[in-house]
Amino acid sequence: MSAQALPDAAGHFGEFGGTFVPETLMPALAELQAAYAEAQAAPEFGRELDGLLRTYVGRPTPLTYAARLSAHVSGGRPGPKVYLKREDLAHTGAHKINAALAQALLARRMGKRRIVAETGAGQHGVATATACALLGLDCVVYMGSEDVRRQSLNVFRMKLLGADVRAVDAGSRTLKDAINEAIRDWVTNVRSTYYLLGSVVGPHPYPAMVRDFQSVIGREARAQMLEAEGRLPTVAVACVGGGSNAMGLFAPLLDDPVRLVGVEAAGEGLAGRHAATLVAGRPGVLHGARSYLLQDEWGQVLEAHSISAGLDYPGVGPEHAWLKVSERAEYVAVTDTEALAAFQLLCQTEGIIPALESSHAIAQLSKLCPQLATDDLVVVNLSGRGDKDMGTVAAALGVTL
Amino acid sequence: MTGAVTTDRLGELFARTRAAGRPALIGFVPGCWPELDATVAIAQAAEAGGMDALELGVPFSDPLADGVTNQLAYQQALAAGATPAAVLAQAAAIRAAGVRMPLLLMGYCNPLFAYGTERFVRDAAAAGVDGLIVVDLPPEEAGELERAARAAGVHVVYLLAPTSTTERIALVARHASGFIYCVSVTGVTGARAALAEELPAFLARVRKHTALPLAVGFGISTRAQVAAVGALADAVIVGSAFVQAVAAAPRAERAAAVRAFTAELCGRGG
Repeated sequence: MSAQALPDAAGHFGEFGGTFVPETLMPALAELQAAYAEAQAAPEFGRELDGLLRTYVGRPTPLTYAARLSAHVSGGRPGPKVYLKREDLAHTGAHKINAALAQALLARRMGKRRIVAETGAGQHGVATATACALLGLDCVVYMGSEDVRRQSLNVFRMKLLGADVRAVDAGSRTLKDAINEAIRDWVTNVRSTYYLLGSVVGPHPYPAMVRDFQSVIGREARAQMLEAEGRLPTVAVACVGGGSNAMGLFAPLLDDPVRLVGVEAAGEGLAGRHAATLVAGRPGVLHGARSYLLQDEWGQVLEAHSISAGLDYPGVGPEHAWLKVSERAEYVAVTDTEALAAFQLLCQTEGIIPALESSHAIAQLSKLCPQLATDDLVVVNLSGRGDKDMGTVAAALGVTL
Repeated sequence: MTGAVTTDRLGELFARTRAAGRPALIGFVPGCWPELDATVAIAQAAEAGGMDALELGVPFSDPLADGVTNQLAYQQALAAGATPAAVLAQAAAIRAAGVRMPLLLMGYCNPLFAYGTERFVRDAAAAGVDGLIVVDLPPEEAGELERAARAAGVHVVYLLAPTSTTERIALVARHASGFIYCVSVTGVTGARAALAEELPAFLARVRKHTALPLAVGFGISTRAQVAAVGALADAVIVGSAFVQAVAAAPRAERAAAVRAFTAELCGRGG
């Protein structure tokens, strides 16, 4: 069976995925599955989405050959060519807009005028607020109060875009708790409300649907690499928090002979606080799906840590768990320190300020490329731009702004 | 082993209350809360006040179907070191103390999976637990739990919500045992001023598909609400309000407060 045929009808990727939610939401998920299937088959839905991706989001995003970065990460010796898929150039500055806009269109099609969303770094919240402003939908964004503090600029952006941003004080006050609160809102207002999930996590059909909407990244990158080099990439690299930018890049390459590398956040190191769910977690259920999870021996979910708010999540999308156990993709982790160094490296070698999330993927290149052949072709998903991270980076570098 | 469940305490309870023409009152309190060893005295006081069955919450870090009252109690329990094993030990201690009412464990699936579904069900049965309610485990995902529960003689209680379609009501009715937990509102747990107007129609829809007892919970906090819902259903579940009653009393006065609150809910006065 082609990997693309997953999940099965019940939303399972092998032993992962599924629908582990309160009964109140089961009918809503069935309604969403039906509406998504109907929209996929409707030519006008695809036409409207494609049109907006082109004229509003700015797609296709470029595929940039990073010559100086390529030379640097191979340590000055001849090495593989590294290309960057420039999701940082998408409207709102990250790949999140792809799935946010598509889901907002779907919500409108379903007659749901109220949108709830969670956000970690704020990128998905900004993308959702943007899509809601564009389509005239009400927007409530839940955000952990710790993230509100770390990402105050994005909070202001969401408010400017008309969103009602609600700080969540429960638990670790980060993305996991924002998702809990968004689900509670959805449970309460399920008849009028669409839950616009930002990653390939959650109950079926979200992991598959968000993957499908993000797959525009991989489809474009595949075609652009064929055009630039006359052949497919041999390696694809992306950072993984929940895993939506990585699934977007990987999904159209699953049936090709392309090595897939997902890079998680090792935070302070795997012996300390981190967010390396696939590398260091165990299977479990969080937020509606069975996947890998950071948890204690009793199944209590542990707090994650990463310098990057967008990777600061103790779960991961179930399809990534499946790609790991089926050995179709490999997962590694890089530390806060390595990501910070990669952040600066990309600024200085290519004139591109990456998001801290994407900096994790860049950081892996220095480990990966020396092992590759000179005729290898590497595509890295540069999932977002770093403007939102100026405060965090300045603080980490000891600079007062 | 205190004996696998050879007696069906839940079945006997509903036979009794139906014969008496009254609804059963079911309480909820997180296990191992407010202190790790608090649950035995709470259960004894509740039974003395007229409680018919008690659900013990198994604390979880991410209780996404619970409102703020239960979230806070779970956080406190976890901070104090509560584990599923400790809650099972409290259940066994409740039985050892002579409490006879049915006991159920209510929680989320990840702690269950981490413990091992089959082992958890076996240990629960040995502790004298009569039923399990796993809030985020719909029948679609509950095959392993149902097999283990059948083998151990423990009921798997499912929830239905006002949003449940006819197809889902029929599905849950096929899988349910013990009783069906009918969620009174679309929402999370927690006290509410008014009950949903749609409740009678919702219960009527469920009733068409099952002869099992129907218990209504979420948002029920007063004697008046218990009486109103009790006229429609076989059982009324009081959760967050019971939790608040426990939380509000100093430890020395807790048993008396729980007994009085339970008696008030039953309409037996103080």
